[in-house]
Amino acid sequence: MSSDVPDASDVAETADEVDATDAVSDEPEANDSAVEEAAKHVPSGAPPLRVEGLVKHFGGVTAVDGASFEVERGSLTGLIGPNGAGKSTTFNCITGVHEPTAGSVYFKSEDVTGLEPYRMARKGLVRTFQIARELEEMTVLENLMLAPKGQIGESAIRAVTPGLRREVIEQEEAIRERAWETLDFFEIDHLANEHAGNLSGGQRKLLEMARALMTDPEVVLLDEPLAGVNPTLEEKILDRIHQLREDGYTFLLVEHDMDVIMNNCEHVIVMHQGSVLAEGTGDEIRDNERVIEAYLGEDI
Amino acid sequence: MSDASSPSGDGDAPAEDSAPESATAALLDAARQSDLGIVLGTLLLVYLAATVLTFTDGLNSVVGLMRTLTFLGLVYALAALALNLQWGYAGLFNIGVAGFMALGVYTMGIVVRSPDPAFGPPGFGLPLPVGIVAGMLVAAVVGLLAALPALRLKADYLAIVTLGISEIIRLFLQSSAFDTFLRNTLGVGTGGGRGMGLPQNPVRELFLVDGQAGTPTAFGDLAFGTLGAGGLGISNTILIDWAYIAVLAAFVVGFYVLLERLGRSPFGRTLKAIREDELVADSLGKNVDLIKIKVFVIGCALMGLAGILWFGSQGNVSPTPQFMPVLTFYVFIAVIIGGSGSNAGAVLGGIVFATVLFEGPRRIGSSLRDVIGAETPPSFADAVVTLDPTAFLAFATDNIAPLQFVFLGLILVFIMHRRPDGILGDRIETAAAVDLSERPSGGETDE
Repeated sequence: MSSDVPDASDVAETADEVDATDAVSDEPEANDSAVEEAAKHVPSGAPPLRVEGLVKHFGGVTAVDGASFEVERGSLTGLIGPNGAGKSTTFNCITGVHEPTAGSVYFKSEDVTGLEPYRMARKGLVRTFQIARELEEMTVLENLMLAPKGQIGESAIRAVTPGLRREVIEQEEAIRERAWETLDFFEIDHLANEHAGNLSGGQRKLLEMARALMTDPEVVLLDEPLAGVNPTLEEKILDRIHQLREDGYTFLLVEHDMDVIMNNCEHVIVMHQGSVLAEGTGDEIRDNERVIEAYLGEDI
Repeated sequence: MSDASSPSGDGDAPAEDSAPESATAALLDAARQSDLGIVLGTLLLVYLAATVLTFTDGLNSVVGLMRTLTFLGLVYALAALALNLQWGYAGLFNIGVAGFMALGVYTMGIVVRSPDPAFGPPGFGLPLPVGIVAGMLVAAVVGLLAALPALRLKADYLAIVTLGISEIIRLFLQSSAFDTFLRNTLGVGTGGGRGMGLPQNPVRELFLVDGQAGTPTAFGDLAFGTLGAGGLGISNTILIDWAYIAVLAAFVVGFYVLLERLGRSPFGRTLKAIREDELVADSLGKNVDLIKIKVFVIGCALMGLAGILWFGSQGNVSPTPQFMPVLTFYVFIAVIIGGSGSNAGAVLGGIVFATVLFEGPRRIGSSLRDVIGAETPPSFADAVVTLDPTAFLAFATDNIAPLQFVFLGLILVFIMHRRPDGILGDRIETAAAVDLSERPSGGETDE
């Protein structure tokens, strides 16, 4: 049954105002044609997400202290670190919830530092939350149908004017179809008309991911998608992530469970005390003494 | 109302299957399934109660009481619908409803009043439709000014700001200094604490030439002849008021259809999401601040229109006590009773609040008082000391106005306890422009 997550270009087109054209190419190898190409598609060389010297102070506390890393296109990158390492703050700085004190965030080589969350989402970078934030009094289907970009019916005038409303209804039909397909993919289609508040913890995690995908993102930031999820469901969620990655989505995954990260991510970033301690493949990280030190304390 | 047809259609089918049930039971069943049915059924019950209370005084009294109750029910429904958009859908806690209604009706008055009136403050002398649009616009613009700083803050601050704005508006209208200032700068005035006379209700001119009593139009002649003094004996004023009630009802339907369309659309879906969790809406690419401002401004414009339709039909308007903050709380109670988030609930809540909770105790009290006939004890202590239940009842019914609020409080506590979602609050109001209840054909059906 599980079809691939459908491509929603028909829906998203209208508002896909990806500002690729004004992507200032500050890379040395950029030439004239790069700009032209950027208008069509971003050059595959530019990583979809790059963080440079990110710093975030909260009053006197330094939560993130000069973190720099890249997330490669089509990769499943893991971000781990002990409690208080600054993972969540980094996430919040990337997605625009917090404005970084210093440093930059680049999305496809475009400087997006400090952009509001909604602008980031429209550009194609979407997140899920550590504690699932489903919209309780909306049904699962409504939760999903909320997400797509470029919904013409979000204009109040179009929603009420008789002639214009017909287009809205047509688009709604397309969105509804896509929502059903996404529900199928995550195997929560039987919950479509349930209020999201009635879902179990694991189902909420699935709903969050499904909803994030409905925005038709390029990069998905998953904040502990497996926390508090039973092993069977964990398997299912990971399986979906791998499938989606093959479809071309890029994932950055924050997770507490070392094993999950090591076994699933081809690239692992370890944060400690607000900066990046180590980077590499799972095996490299496993053998890295500084990482072991950070996790288990200095006296080892 | 517009969408009432399909649920009522569903309701008919099972009633027909169970043949033994009477036609009235089937009708009741159908009525319960449809919003229009519930609203009309409630009105019928109210009319029944009004008839019981006044039938001894003759048809004119019965129709007169029904008129008062219907008028209040409908104007509260209008205000409740506007508030439901802001609070029920988007969760914006606007406790300045009274202020925005005052802005609407005062602006309308100033724009339409003659520049050189016989008495009262001068106006711009423009046509009534211009005044109505201007009233809505001014309410919307002031709503925008309030929303810009306040909506960026947490919900509680919006509540404080709107309450403040509402009182500032009332006190400005009350102030003779502001009146003088307006007269000196724009050449128009508010009338200060004495208020201003309002332009004639166009509905009156339908019955009377230039609205002058004693000069009926052809239509007026017909109406007065059959239903009025020449026929059933209903007074002319009550007949004209009923015609205006028909206009109000049309506006209630208009508000309802507009808000249902707004609610059942991606716009409404975003509003619901903002009510539930702003950060989620933001993270999914919705410009939360802009949408909040939009919906706040639309709601304020509708409140301005509700104010015009309500107070604009009263002949004259003054800032106090009509636009005290308590009016806002009445509208809130109406929305809460009906079920916040449901447009049909807002209409129903407006009618139930205005008739059963607001007018009901007063009417029942005075009817009871007539029946009792005992002398009223001079104080509460005396009423208790006599140990005579009729004397106590006489005291209670004579002081029904304050008692009414005790009654209102008890009902609210009861509703909060037993049915916190309001009468229709448990309804699922679909936030989409298409039917979501069933999977469209062609899709896979596993599970």
